[in-house]
Amino acid sequence: MNAASITGSVTDFLLAVEGLTVSFDGFKAVDDLTFYVDENEIRVIIGPNGAGKTTVLDLICGRTRASDGSIKFKGAELTKLREHEIVHAGIGRKFQNPSIYEDLTVFENLELSYPKGRTVVGALAFKRDAQVIERVEEIAAMIFLENQLDERAAVLSHGQKQWLEIGMLLIQDPELLMLDEPVAGMSVAERKKTAELLHRIIQDRSVIVIEHDMGFVEDIAHKVTVLHQGRILSEGSMAKVKADPKVVEVYLGH
Amino acid sequence: MRTTFLSNREIIGFVVLAVLILVIFPAALDTFRLNLIGKYLTYAFVAVGLVLCWGAGGILSLGQGVFFGLGGYCMAMFLKLEASTPEATAIQSTPGIPDFMDWNQITALPWWWEPFHSLTFTLVAVILVPSFFAFIIGVAMFKRRVGGVYFAIITQAIAAILTILIIGQQGYTGGVNGITDLRTLLGWDIRTDEAKFILYYVNGGLLFACLLVAQFVRRSKAGRLLVAIRDQEDRVRFSGYDVSNFKIFVFCLGGAMAAVGGAMFTLQVGFMSPSFVGIVPSIEMVIFCAVGGRLSILGAVYGTLLVNWAKTTLSESFPELWLFAMGALFIGVVMAFPNGLAGLYATYVEPQLRRIPALRQGGAKPAPQNTPAQ
Repeated sequence: MNAASITGSVTDFLLAVEGLTVSFDGFKAVDDLTFYVDENEIRVIIGPNGAGKTTVLDLICGRTRASDGSIKFKGAELTKLREHEIVHAGIGRKFQNPSIYEDLTVFENLELSYPKGRTVVGALAFKRDAQVIERVEEIAAMIFLENQLDERAAVLSHGQKQWLEIGMLLIQDPELLMLDEPVAGMSVAERKKTAELLHRIIQDRSVIVIEHDMGFVEDIAHKVTVLHQGRILSEGSMAKVKADPKVVEVYLGH
Repeated sequence: MRTTFLSNREIIGFVVLAVLILVIFPAALDTFRLNLIGKYLTYAFVAVGLVLCWGAGGILSLGQGVFFGLGGYCMAMFLKLEASTPEATAIQSTPGIPDFMDWNQITALPWWWEPFHSLTFTLVAVILVPSFFAFIIGVAMFKRRVGGVYFAIITQAIAAILTILIIGQQGYTGGVNGITDLRTLLGWDIRTDEAKFILYYVNGGLLFACLLVAQFVRRSKAGRLLVAIRDQEDRVRFSGYDVSNFKIFVFCLGGAMAAVGGAMFTLQVGFMSPSFVGIVPSIEMVIFCAVGGRLSILGAVYGTLLVNWAKTTLSESFPELWLFAMGALFIGVVMAFPNGLAGLYATYVEPQLRRIPALRQGGAKPAPQNTPAQ
């Protein structure tokens, strides 16, 4: 894939990130980054701390505004959209620390993420109908929480909270799912279950995952992008990346 | 799992409060004391609005007096115009305009006073003027993601600005004295004992209407979203919601409720002045809400009644002590019982009540720890 430096080019990729740059007080956290994600592709982003991995996700989902460059999703520019509009376009983002609504029940957490009644009037008129309940229960079963629906989310274990947040994204059925360290802080058993969960949910959608656990990466990645100091150090299959001496030096060798 | 509008436990709560306000108080108190309770209850409108804004949505406004005052002033302007007939004001150099205008050498009614000759316009304005003002503040703040302490400080500044404006524009607003000497509503003398008794019931009815609206909002998905916004604003935003719109909505609703309280205050007390608009009354209103429990709409009503009753009792006997008592109360609420009376009720009283078999079916589902009794 030759890095097209012309911003705004038309591609048939699901996500086309071109020349993306963001600087914080002169420090370029992401520097002229270009990469493409295909439909139904699992892309894993790895790299040492401070490489700009989370910032890339922040830029795609609109949490951070790009200084330069373009992000196109299904051909539409995202950099000018507001966060909720990017969600409506079909992009879901899971944060590094489980971010769920601790004061609400598991059911309510999922229900609030159900893509209906998103305006003030819509939310006031929202009815918890059979369709919503069925969908919430379906997702709850998928994320191993079908028996915790009426419990407050605060009492869940760390791993369960991570699953809940993944579930909150799944219920929106996004075309592009972005997961920031989904297995961090999990026990071995939870990690195994999560891998199983991810394998199931990546059907029919593209996923960008940030992960440090190399076993996990090897298990799921179609393609790996290695970031270092805001730039792409290497990109390709896991085997190719692992064999790249630059990658070994800055990341894998440690 | 299915939501009902009111659980059995909540119905009992509403009924108990209704009996207290609509039966026990009128039966047990003389007109003077009942009118006093009526005045306290006008603050309860503000406190209920604060439960939605602050308790549910996490938006602490230290300027609710602004909306209380705007509602109260709208009502006062209508009543003042009715009291300022040319006959009643014949001794003025310009008869037919409010007395304070005449004292300030104003010779014609300002254009923006004119529509307040109409009661219909006034009633609409009581709700819409403060809501619109809240909307402007909300758009200006929440669209820019101003929140937390900064928002609280700005609302406080707005309360201060409005007070200064009202006091400074004496000829148009009655200045520091406010709008006084209000007499009749469409010819009906509001100063008689009978009128005060009726107004007390109107006030009580409106308060319950507000409580039901608040309950509806909290029970709706919008209510759960507000709690979600309070806990994890980013998660809500990245779940596809425009968070600022929900904040603007609840801030306007809280403002509108405060305004209804203000209008009822004017009707029951017979005047409106800047001393109900500024920083001190605004903070007092937050304390009413905090003492009652900022998560509980019924708690807010009890908190308002209790604090005001204490204020009246204490200031009757030891006027200099009240401010210290108020300060101590606020510290107590923050340090010792952050969920206020409602929190104490849920922790200590409810477990006892649940032992009574007759109530057990009503409270079959134990309350989640953080949402004390309604």
